[in-house]
Amino acid sequence: MSRRSLSRTLARRRAHAPVFAALGDETRLRLVAKLAGGEPRSIAQLTKGERLSRQAITKHLRLLEKVKIVHSTRAGRESRFQLDPQPIEDAREYLDLVSAEWDLALARLKAFVEG
Amino acid sequence: MENRIEKRIELKAPVERVWRALTDYREFGEWFRVKLEGPFVAGQIARGMITWPGYEHVKWEATVQKMEAERLFSFTWHPYSVDPRIDYSKETPTLVEFRLEKSAGGTLLVLTESGFELIPSERRLEAFRRNDGGWTQQMKNIEGYVAEKP
Repeated sequence: MSRRSLSRTLARRRAHAPVFAALGDETRLRLVAKLAGGEPRSIAQLTKGERLSRQAITKHLRLLEKVKIVHSTRAGRESRFQLDPQPIEDAREYLDLVSAEWDLALARLKAFVEG
Repeated sequence: MENRIEKRIELKAPVERVWRALTDYREFGEWFRVKLEGPFVAGQIARGMITWPGYEHVKWEATVQKMEAERLFSFTWHPYSVDPRIDYSKETPTLVEFRLEKSAGGTLLVLTESGFELIPSERRLEAFRRNDGGWTQQMKNIEGYVAEKP
């Protein structure tokens, strides 16, 4: 990871743990996938094809909203949900950092035991 | 999205050699760059100091979970807890597991780190920010070390 992107990650300073937790669920991952196109979608649209009730889907969406992965806007009587990719991107960058550290440590281990 | 890290690496060394490099506290310290106070014991906290130049004031701490000879070594820790002013002990640690398997060429090492969804990371990021300049330098140091000792 470049220093610039690291600085970007740090500058935003969002909490990643709740993002990881929010994404650790199949239903919510599917909802994120459905919203990945960027278009705002209604709860009815997002419930379509799911085995869960509208209420259950709403609950999942509110959880995603709480960690700012999605945000909602009112359009008349219905809420429409839209994806904000930034928190997911930030969390991924954090994991990349830890991952890169392990690559380096394991390279040193390899040199150590093979040397 | 993945909230765990998994690395698989083939080591051209017998399983017992790799096991020793992982679990002998002096050998672990050599490649991990930490000076530990004493041996790893399951269920106990291992303490030491980072040995990177410029980071010698930074404490290293992990709680050893499992030591199943030549198969599994695991510990919990707070990755990158480099800011001495922060009490990381209240945060839920991540779990690091080293699994060893005999392979044709020597040893297959599978490393996993999991539990990132449980960490309140605001503080951690603060620690990262303070370490930013040093971290970039550290990358260069390690590259140099690995290049010298292939």
